[in-house]
Amino acid sequence: MIPQIILLSVLIFIMAKMMPGDALSGLIDPNIDPATIEAKREQMGLNDPWYQQYGRWVDDLLHGDLGQSFRYKMPVTELISQRLMNTLWLSLATLIFTYIIAIPLGIISGRYNDSLADQAITGYTYLGFATPLFIFALVMLWLFGFHFGWFPTGGSVAPGMEPGSFAYVLSKINHLLLPAISMSLIATVGTVQYLRNEIIDTKQKDFIHTARAKGAPETRVYNKHIFRNSLLPIAAFFGYEITMLIGGTVFVETIFSFPGMGQLFLESITMRDYSVVTSLVLLFGIASILGALLSDIILSLVDPRIRIK
Amino acid sequence: MGKDVGVMTDKEELQHVTKSPSGFSIVWREIVRDKLALVSLIFLISITAFVFGTSYVLDQDEIVSVDLFSIHQPPSEEFWLGTDYGGRDVFGQLIIGTRNSLSIGILVTLMTGLIGIIFGLVSGYFGGHIDNVLMRILDFFMILPFLMIIIVFVAMVPKYSIVSFSLIMTAFLWMGIARLIRSKALQERELDYVQASKTLGSSNLKIMFTQVLPNLTSIIIVNMTLNLAANIGLESGLSFLGFGFPESTPSLGTLLSYATNPQTLEFRWWIWMPAAALILLLMLSVRNVGEALKRATDARQRRG
Repeated sequence: MIPQIILLSVLIFIMAKMMPGDALSGLIDPNIDPATIEAKREQMGLNDPWYQQYGRWVDDLLHGDLGQSFRYKMPVTELISQRLMNTLWLSLATLIFTYIIAIPLGIISGRYNDSLADQAITGYTYLGFATPLFIFALVMLWLFGFHFGWFPTGGSVAPGMEPGSFAYVLSKINHLLLPAISMSLIATVGTVQYLRNEIIDTKQKDFIHTARAKGAPETRVYNKHIFRNSLLPIAAFFGYEITMLIGGTVFVETIFSFPGMGQLFLESITMRDYSVVTSLVLLFGIASILGALLSDIILSLVDPRIRIK
Repeated sequence: MGKDVGVMTDKEELQHVTKSPSGFSIVWREIVRDKLALVSLIFLISITAFVFGTSYVLDQDEIVSVDLFSIHQPPSEEFWLGTDYGGRDVFGQLIIGTRNSLSIGILVTLMTGLIGIIFGLVSGYFGGHIDNVLMRILDFFMILPFLMIIIVFVAMVPKYSIVSFSLIMTAFLWMGIARLIRSKALQERELDYVQASKTLGSSNLKIMFTQVLPNLTSIIIVNMTLNLAANIGLESGLSFLGFGFPESTPSLGTLLSYATNPQTLEFRWWIWMPAAALILLLMLSVRNVGEALKRATDARQRRG
């Protein structure tokens, strides 16, 4: 994991160096004498060899300094922390909906496989796999945001709300619902299908026959024996869900004009605010590394066979 | 088939009947047996033929040139699907967009396939240290937030063109097929025919590409078909965000990106809805065909 983060930081540093302009180009007035700019560059160390610059960059990172956003004229850390909570709430809501949808559907479809309900659920997962998230989100916004007007069509909170009040929280939740539901309806199909296959597999195991032979009632067989064993691999995928959410938020936040990190990323790249772009890519990269690590940890907790000696 | 055997006296024809079916006929039977896949295949072939055929007649530059006198017109006899904010014919853009989306989808799929096959074959065939190093590289690519990195590269490349766009996409999408090929090559290299060929003195290169590779073709074709659907979706997603095709070369995603304007989304559905439906249909059909191919390669799942 540590080598991966180091490699990621090198890649992002190279990307940052390849981007046109540097930390100075946004700050200065074009009328200043080029010699002064050159002196300033020298002073800031932009003419140093790359390994020194990289070292300084990493050192700053470790001290929580991500540079300055020239568009907002504020430190990147501050800018990101304003948006971070929105994205975190959106991801959390999406994860909750994903599992609320996936678990019952997976169980129904696995327990009564080849029934009508199973066929409907399998049909849904088939469609869900083929539908790109952004098209689905657009249709959801058009249908429920504009056509029926059930949900707000943009922003993360209604204007003029006082932070901390109950109405504020309600408005926040209201703004979260449609993006989170849209994203989870697409993100959940993998989990539904996996849970279904897992249950169908477990159903035929010997210990299930034993449980039935002992006379355990059918509900107990399903709830205690099958469900618990089928859920373990799903728990392990939790970390990878986080990785998948990252790509999703970029689309969903843009479509629902939701002020989170994904939207900030696209805005900054359009405005060529590169210090923000590099910081965000780094953060998202670290988040997906941590997600993969989390999955490995959960997997080794629930399944002793793959624990590293 | 069986009832004809008795009638046939010609020895050559008898041999023809008892021969096990060829790969192509298995695939064909599987597709015909699965009505959905058959319809999808017919749809795909006809839409490809239509789109590439009409784009000879249609002039891309004429369609994408701005006409300020006909901005945002509703569907009419002249403009079947109305016009966009630049007065450009949406129907023409839809045809050209489909052609562009399909072309780049196929191009990226082929390129990722090529890199993935070589990478996976080398890694799986040699195994050991080479495999170890290559897999660490692959792991690193796997954890990258590839969507964001593709966007950054698209925004950064100075002379941006279709070629650079497909190269950037390829650079971050070859891992899936590489991993698949590697795991199959690992199994394949333990088989007797590889050992025999080695003993006979064939070079590693020859074994890999003329002996192991042909045994993996069916998996490669299935995987690439499914990748094609994903790549069409990803390309239109990137164009939707404004980091795919430039506006002068419309793709299906470009048409959808007009819907980021709430006015267009709410009141001018004819601009974005057909493109959305078309992407969905294309992806579904490619997947349907891919699933049928997948069943054809696995005798246990075959329906026919």
